[in-house]
Amino acid sequence: MTTIDASDVPPATARRVREGVRPERAVAEAAVGAALDAQWEEEPGLKGFLTTVNHKRIGRRYLVTATVFFMLAGAEALVMRTQLGQPDNGVVSPGLYDELFSLHGTAMIFFFATPMNAGFGNFVLPLMIGTRDMAFPRLNALSYWIFLFSGIFMFTSLPLGMAPNAGWFAYVPLSNEYSPELNLDFYSLGLLFLAVSTTIGSINLIVTTLKMRAPGMSLNRMPLFVWAILTQSVMLVFALPPLDTANLMLFLDRRFGARFFDPNHGGDAVLWQHLFWLFGHPDVYIIVLPAMGIVSTIIPVFARRPILAYPYVVLATVGTGIISFGVWVHHMFAVGLSDVSLTFFSAATLTISIPAGIQMFAWIGTMWRGRVSVTPAMLYAIGFIVAFVMGGVTGVMFAVVTFDQQVTDSYFVVAHFHYVLFGGAVLPMLGGLFYWWPKMTGRMVSNVGGIWSFVLVFAGLNLTFFPMHISGLLGMPRRIYTYSPDDGWTLWNLLSTLGSYLLGAGFVVTLLVFAQSLLHGRRAPDDPWEANTLEWSTGSPPKPYNFPVVPTVHSLNPLWDGDSTQSIIDHRDDPERTMTDHHQALRTSELDGRIERIMAMPGETMQPLIVAIFLTGSVVLLLVGWYVAAGVSFALMAATIGWWMWQRPEIDEPESIHDLPRPRREATRTVAP
Amino acid sequence: MRQRGHRSGGRRAAVLIGLTVAVSALSGCEHRSPSTLQPEGPKASIAAESWWLLFAVAAFVCLVVIAMTLLAVVFRRRGRNPEVKQGDGKRYVLVLGVIIPGIVFAATFALSVTDLVKTSSPAEHPAMTVDVIGHRWWWEFRYDGTRAVTANELHVPVGTPIELRLRSDDVIHSFWVPKIMPKMDVFPHRINQTWVTVDRVGRFQGECAEYCGLQHAHMGFEVVAQPRDSFRSWLADQSNDATAPATAEEHRGMEVFTTGSCATCHTIRGTSAAGTIGPDLTHLATRDRLAGGAIPNDIGHLSGWVADSQAVKPGNRMPPQRLSPADLHAVVTYLESLE
Repeated sequence: MTTIDASDVPPATARRVREGVRPERAVAEAAVGAALDAQWEEEPGLKGFLTTVNHKRIGRRYLVTATVFFMLAGAEALVMRTQLGQPDNGVVSPGLYDELFSLHGTAMIFFFATPMNAGFGNFVLPLMIGTRDMAFPRLNALSYWIFLFSGIFMFTSLPLGMAPNAGWFAYVPLSNEYSPELNLDFYSLGLLFLAVSTTIGSINLIVTTLKMRAPGMSLNRMPLFVWAILTQSVMLVFALPPLDTANLMLFLDRRFGARFFDPNHGGDAVLWQHLFWLFGHPDVYIIVLPAMGIVSTIIPVFARRPILAYPYVVLATVGTGIISFGVWVHHMFAVGLSDVSLTFFSAATLTISIPAGIQMFAWIGTMWRGRVSVTPAMLYAIGFIVAFVMGGVTGVMFAVVTFDQQVTDSYFVVAHFHYVLFGGAVLPMLGGLFYWWPKMTGRMVSNVGGIWSFVLVFAGLNLTFFPMHISGLLGMPRRIYTYSPDDGWTLWNLLSTLGSYLLGAGFVVTLLVFAQSLLHGRRAPDDPWEANTLEWSTGSPPKPYNFPVVPTVHSLNPLWDGDSTQSIIDHRDDPERTMTDHHQALRTSELDGRIERIMAMPGETMQPLIVAIFLTGSVVLLLVGWYVAAGVSFALMAATIGWWMWQRPEIDEPESIHDLPRPRREATRTVAP
Repeated sequence: MRQRGHRSGGRRAAVLIGLTVAVSALSGCEHRSPSTLQPEGPKASIAAESWWLLFAVAAFVCLVVIAMTLLAVVFRRRGRNPEVKQGDGKRYVLVLGVIIPGIVFAATFALSVTDLVKTSSPAEHPAMTVDVIGHRWWWEFRYDGTRAVTANELHVPVGTPIELRLRSDDVIHSFWVPKIMPKMDVFPHRINQTWVTVDRVGRFQGECAEYCGLQHAHMGFEVVAQPRDSFRSWLADQSNDATAPATAEEHRGMEVFTTGSCATCHTIRGTSAAGTIGPDLTHLATRDRLAGGAIPNDIGHLSGWVADSQAVKPGNRMPPQRLSPADLHAVVTYLESLE
């Protein structure tokens, strides 16, 4: 493992960096900035908005759209908490309550958490690995448009009074022959629709990570956030097919008389649960891993130390991804499976806690050995550790089969997974927003405002979800719209409801803090945090081409070692690192980041939007049962894709592309240990 | 032997009792509160005991981690730029992150297996079998070998294991009596078998724990544990046909019931009413609550229920009954006479 000496960053330089432009960027942009500006200039106005394929704009859109869906699903939660604040309450009807909790779960998992991670991945990952865009920029635009349209499709169901109402898990046969209305068609079609976006988005992130890292960024120099996104993306590619299969089978059951899940005709109700949780359990880690990657990014920066035991954290990240596919049955301990099966999955459930423990102690150790500066981003990372350990220990409890059977489907589980998903994903995401906000927007955020945001959100989180442990132990089942005063749950529900209002207030404050930054925030320097990863060597916000000169990475903390930053200056006359003649990016090898060749990158195009519109058309037509019209819309989409594949309008193929000398001797040298 | 799980003596028990009392104080000790922490049967006791053990370990882990985090942030403020090597700290992470948790998890696994063995079969052979059938949104109990059928009320003799055969008439439900036994899911076209023992005479609240649609919240039931003798006589009474109407009013009620739409869905043994969609009402008056626990069983609530059950529990399968006030009174009087 490479030895890093953090003292290589001279304090005087660091202070200058903190306030202005990084010296390497100034030198590099003086050399090639003008040529690149001309090459990467973007179409202004509405046309530019609709045709852009730039990963930073798409990433920001993902973040904004996912935040809007988060607020909608959060508002649903507030209505539910209001209903449950008092026994025998009548704020919403039983039917509406069922729609609210079903859509709340579906939206938070599919339309907030996963896309939010995709937003961070889209914006940050190419910058962090030192490249100019995603591997497939047009596909990237397509995955955003599909996400947007499928989210609108899913949320439209609520005002129509047809929101999914069989829970986010949609167990058959309730979701099948007992739900004849369109509600569950919105669910199965909406999730199939979204899965297109998630799948192509994941493939894009995987290829980008493996083929486009800056020269010298071998796998053992890859930032932990990138490891997390890579693992998450690979997991999605494996986890989504069972869910897609299940939803397709459900749709065929509901519309075309197939009997996959119909127990009255020999179908199997338990099959749905296996397929669903074979996706559903890995999905917990699909959501939490990138968030942990954000924490692994924030903590070293604000502790001013490289992450402790980096190889173990990498192993833990990848290991979590693998083991998570072997634990789905612990969602089914009350189904009546054999004891042998229960025992196996009890052990597997315990095993998956080990990688989480490794990461936990690596973070604590990093802080322990460093000097922690408490910023809003760091506060959220610390809050995450506290909440995640509390969610983690209750998770371990679920491995004890008998105890699990007692508390599963009770509010104890609601408390547990909100600590894991809210504490384990939302807090780090907020931390990530505070951390990368200057890079994304070019504006600094108020520190005091950020601290208030954290205090309110963290207090609200605990006041909302901690009492649920107790109401669950007192026997309160999940998904009930009301309860009786005799049950003894009133006090704990009242506390939860008050907590949810506090949490809501915390989010309002957070929004105001970010709005204030956009309107009146101080201009952000290149590297306000004296960070260690490559994105901070670009401008705030970065130019469309990200890096005027693609640097050579010499260590895990390129901005803290002198060599990596010096390479930006050294290579400013190297045409393969500047690529000023065309719209291009560098392709490197998967393992050790050697230069392979220069790739032509596509320019702006309307095609992804057109494909997404035709796909939306076919989904809506399927929903209303106009199957022929749906087929026509689908054929039009296929034709557009054909046009896209056939005609590659904006790509300039440089003639010299096959003549590049490779591998570059210089890059080889830096990779050797 | 049967009660080995929850009669362990010693200091730990004292601590556990202390904590239980503290939590009960918090919970307000409502009469019907179905707390898993006040177990009244061996299975729930095993779960509750495991909980206290798990809770103690979990609380310790949380305290240590949170304390370490806060100490690292607040008190340990090292100099700005000391030398740190990238691969450092492996041993520390290995010990705290792998070895110690590994030992804890091995112990937890042992606990899981031990509990599973203890709860998978009863210590003695079950005295009888009860079929549990989940409907949207009520429970049917059929006592094997007898004609007794109850709705939303499972009667068991105290201190004796009873075998339960669970199945569903429609969607998936889950059978849960927090004070007595952990959940067992209830499936259509699939029979799940389990057992239950209740240690103490009393009434214990049960619930459906798997979301089953609109009135999932009102799919409660009660487990009534009786001394063995009184259970035996209760079972004999329940196996009998319904008592014949004693007054003219009751007689009229029976007529309205059997000739009207009631009989299409409900059975009253000993009359011509033999519907099977709704609960068997042969001994309705012996039940404590109506409509999956939503309302108490008294003449007022029953009248409201018969007249317009959709107002009480929207979405249930019983349509509003268009009865004249006199007919309604007669039917309800009759039903309340069905001891």
